[in-house]
Amino acid sequence: MENKYLTVAALTKYIKRKIDVDPHLKDVLLKGEISNFSHHSRGHMYMTIKDDQAKIQAVMFAGNNRYLKFKPENGMNVLIRGEISVYEAFGQYQLYIQQMEPDGIGSLYLAFEQLKEKLHKQGYFDQGHKKEIPLFPEHIGVITSPTGAAVRDIITTIKRRYPIVQVTIIPVLVQGESAARSIADAVDLANNLDLFDTLIVGRGGGSIEELWAFNEEIVAESIFRSKIPIISAVGHETDITISDYVADLRAPTPTGAAELAVQSQIELREKIDTLTRSLTRELTNEMRNHQRHLERLKGAYAFRYPEQLIKQKEQALDSFVLSLQKEMIATKKEKETRLLNLYKRLITQHPQKQLEQSKIKLDEKIKSQNYYMTKLLENKSIQLTNTIDKLFLVNPLEIMKRGFSLSYTAGNEIIKSTNQVKANDYIKIKLSDGKINCQVVEVEEESKS
Amino acid sequence: MKTDELTFEEAMEKLEAIVEKLEEGDVPLEKAINYYQEGMTLSKLCGDKLNSVQEKMTQIMNEQGEFAPFEIQEEQ
Repeated sequence: MENKYLTVAALTKYIKRKIDVDPHLKDVLLKGEISNFSHHSRGHMYMTIKDDQAKIQAVMFAGNNRYLKFKPENGMNVLIRGEISVYEAFGQYQLYIQQMEPDGIGSLYLAFEQLKEKLHKQGYFDQGHKKEIPLFPEHIGVITSPTGAAVRDIITTIKRRYPIVQVTIIPVLVQGESAARSIADAVDLANNLDLFDTLIVGRGGGSIEELWAFNEEIVAESIFRSKIPIISAVGHETDITISDYVADLRAPTPTGAAELAVQSQIELREKIDTLTRSLTRELTNEMRNHQRHLERLKGAYAFRYPEQLIKQKEQALDSFVLSLQKEMIATKKEKETRLLNLYKRLITQHPQKQLEQSKIKLDEKIKSQNYYMTKLLENKSIQLTNTIDKLFLVNPLEIMKRGFSLSYTAGNEIIKSTNQVKANDYIKIKLSDGKINCQVVEVEEESKS
Repeated sequence: MKTDELTFEEAMEKLEAIVEKLEEGDVPLEKAINYYQEGMTLSKLCGDKLNSVQEKMTQIMNEQGEFAPFEIQEEQ
């Protein structure tokens, strides 16, 4: 009777054998989307492969996944070669992946990329739109699930670092269909309350589906609208949602968000101490500087030996006077030399010499003038003699000596024509040695030929 | 503005500004002493604010917008 009942192990073993002998399940080519991916510290990869109707658990051992050329991520569509077997401990059939390669991108991933692109174009992620997180907040609103690790991490971290801040939880749904609406309404409500100076919006880690509310447009819009600075903290370090892009500051984890929201009390006290110390040091330095300056002034040479200073000045004065005198003598000497020079030059320029020279020149001129005059006179005298000689030659008296005579009428006119005289007229004939008074006998007129 | 009317943040900012001014030097001695006294007052104020303020209770807002004390629940 007892033998009719199987043990769970036996049944599972039976099922496993059934599956293992099926050749179709030994070499499966499968396509689907990765979800719930985790990379175990020992190297194996665990994930769910799914499409819109079904899912299957899958494992890729380290020996196989070390050859992967890409990093599997949630939402990624993949092409897989593997085999189906049963993991007896969980009574679960699963896919043992031997090879895997990416096949385009999963639908959620695609939706994420599309919304990201759209909001980016609308300026939702612009740095210029980011508000500054207050350094010393007084009241922080935390928009998250009231249960779970995230709210605990945030509150304990804030309380540890900066217990004087007021924290108020605004509980919301962080996954499921109505989560996005719930989160968006809470952000708007917090803004209407006028209580908070900082908001933290977030949740703990999860699959891409579980984080999806933070990728919804209405959440992004409410964060963008918020007048209160928002720190986002969704999932783990590697999960970046649309909310993270829109928020004024993104924290890698909920604990990180708390650290970014408040400063550490210990660090603040250290800072105050440091400032106080520098304050004292600066003033002490200042006083010391003034003190040193004063000491230096008091110890100055002038204060210690005033008469010495006067002596020095006296000496300096003497030397000034001395050099002044020297300077005066030198100047005087120089002037004298210059005067002497000028005098010498003036002397050489005296007109006496010129006068003498002029006189010599004048004498020469006179001499030469006399010479020329004498010469001229001699010449003229010779000329005169010549002329006189010539004159002698033409002297009519001389000619008369040669037998010529001049006849005059009674009226003393020279007779040049027969017309001037008639018979019986008295005429005079002049000779070279006297005159003869005559009477004309006859006038014979020669006929002209 | 009187120092006891300052918020913690304002007091910290003033304290930092005073230290910076003194560090720059070129402050006449009388003024430096005034700065020092003001800085020490601010330093004490900041420390007091950190010490004296009572730890605030975390609260949660219910659906009616009312506040209630909040206790962290450990995960089940």
